Amino acid sequence: MSVIDWVDQRLDLTGIRHFIAEKGVPVHAQKIWYYLGGMTLFLFGVQVFTGILLLLYYRPSATEAYESVQFIVTQVQFGWLIRNIHSWSANLLIGLAFAHFFSVFFLKSYRKPRELTWVSGILLLFLMLGFGFSGYLLPWNELSFFATKVGTGIAGAMPVVGHFTLRLLRGGDDVTGATLSRFYGIHVAVLPLVTTALVALHLLFVQRQGMSVPIAVERKLRPGETLPQMRFFPNYILRDVLAWYVVIAILAALAAFYPWELGNKADPFAVVPPGIRPEWYFLAMFHTLKLLPSHVLGIEGERLGVVAFGLAALFLVVVPFLDRRASRGESSPTFTVLAVLALVYLVTFTIVGHLAK
Amino acid sequence: MATRANAPQAATPFDRRAFLDALLSVGFVSTAVAIAYPVGRFLVPPASGEPATESVVAARAGALRPNSAAIFKFGSKPGIVIRTAEGDVRAFSAVCTHLDCTVQFKADTTQLWCACHNGTYDLAGNVVSGPPPRGLEKFTVNIRGEGDDAEIVVSRT
Repeated sequence: MSVIDWVDQRLDLTGIRHFIAEKGVPVHAQKIWYYLGGMTLFLFGVQVFTGILLLLYYRPSATEAYESVQFIVTQVQFGWLIRNIHSWSANLLIGLAFAHFFSVFFLKSYRKPRELTWVSGILLLFLMLGFGFSGYLLPWNELSFFATKVGTGIAGAMPVVGHFTLRLLRGGDDVTGATLSRFYGIHVAVLPLVTTALVALHLLFVQRQGMSVPIAVERKLRPGETLPQMRFFPNYILRDVLAWYVVIAILAALAAFYPWELGNKADPFAVVPPGIRPEWYFLAMFHTLKLLPSHVLGIEGERLGVVAFGLAALFLVVVPFLDRRASRGESSPTFTVLAVLALVYLVTFTIVGHLAK
Repeated sequence: MATRANAPQAATPFDRRAFLDALLSVGFVSTAVAIAYPVGRFLVPPASGEPATESVVAARAGALRPNSAAIFKFGSKPGIVIRTAEGDVRAFSAVCTHLDCTVQFKADTTQLWCACHNGTYDLAGNVVSGPPPRGLEKFTVNIRGEGDDAEIVVSRT
């Protein structure tokens, strides 16, 4: 008797058997985009795994953080590898999350009945940015120290709750060891907890509803016609695994050939080194704020920018509820144009922000 | 399988599916090993960079009355320096050889005693009773200077 039979007799695996036998993925020309979510999820797993490993040696204090990361990359066996993978994987993850986001946006997969899947996904994207922002400070080096000063300063520009948020984030009026403790707690406890719950919900929604078929593909179907299906187990999952292997290969190559710099230890009394800029995924936002004049119509430019970003974020969350045409299964060029504009804006401002002195 | 039209009719038919499955398994196992190896090595803490202590000043001569003892830091571990009732100064590692608790001096019995599992040592560091498997590590004691200000220098024997 096999182990599975043994468990089956006691727990009745009929439900799982049916699920494995019946779960299918629609086959059509656009199905390549289905892989992005799985790749992002895989990288989240890599982050959790390597993050736990780094916790074994990392010390979250202003006096020891930098030294402990230095210890990890120089003394601990394969410490350089684990840290490089964690850093590179974080960046790939955010890149893939954005790609996943745009693919869903363009294909209008958010339309009824998948509005909640979209909302949970957008929230996850914001959480990933939160992971990036909080994790960036943890090595306590010059670059991350000043980037955090600027970043929390931007949060401080929010109207009404700005100053309160700034103090809440920094654990005081300035970026100090207290900020590091907070960011550490947020990075390794709060965000993982919320993210895990949301990922579970996101996946549950995807399982319940199956994969979305693009409107254009759906409209070509004759009445009563259905798309051919590919079995999820093992046909599709093996393709997923193949995509993960590609991700591993890229990660390993980046980690081995392009080590993540540690830089100099943060010194609150040192002058700001030139070329302070945030991680690339905040560059577009950062550069936009830089271009705003100090006052627009009597309102502080920075404050206006922050409010605009807040509204843009809110808009993203409610996109499925605004796009009525897509909800009815009709093509909605307005939202396609919006997605194109968003993509063009992000790409240009990221590049310009990167090249700007 | 051997009934397939173009499959060789050998005693052990070559099964394409089984071969590919085996290849896939080898791939997965190799990946697991390639991940497990660095992770395993990462888990092993590197040897601490702290140099082994050879010699420290354990106490001032005047601070150590006859029939008393003091704990001192010997590198990262505790040591114990004792002045016997006769005035002899001796020093040992204070780490109990049983389970690494720190031993203390009992003035009433003039013995070294470990509170964790009731192990006792005499003032030569030898086990008297209890679970310790062997005696305490003995250090060399030198007195540097004169009078109460003299330093009790303890070094690894």
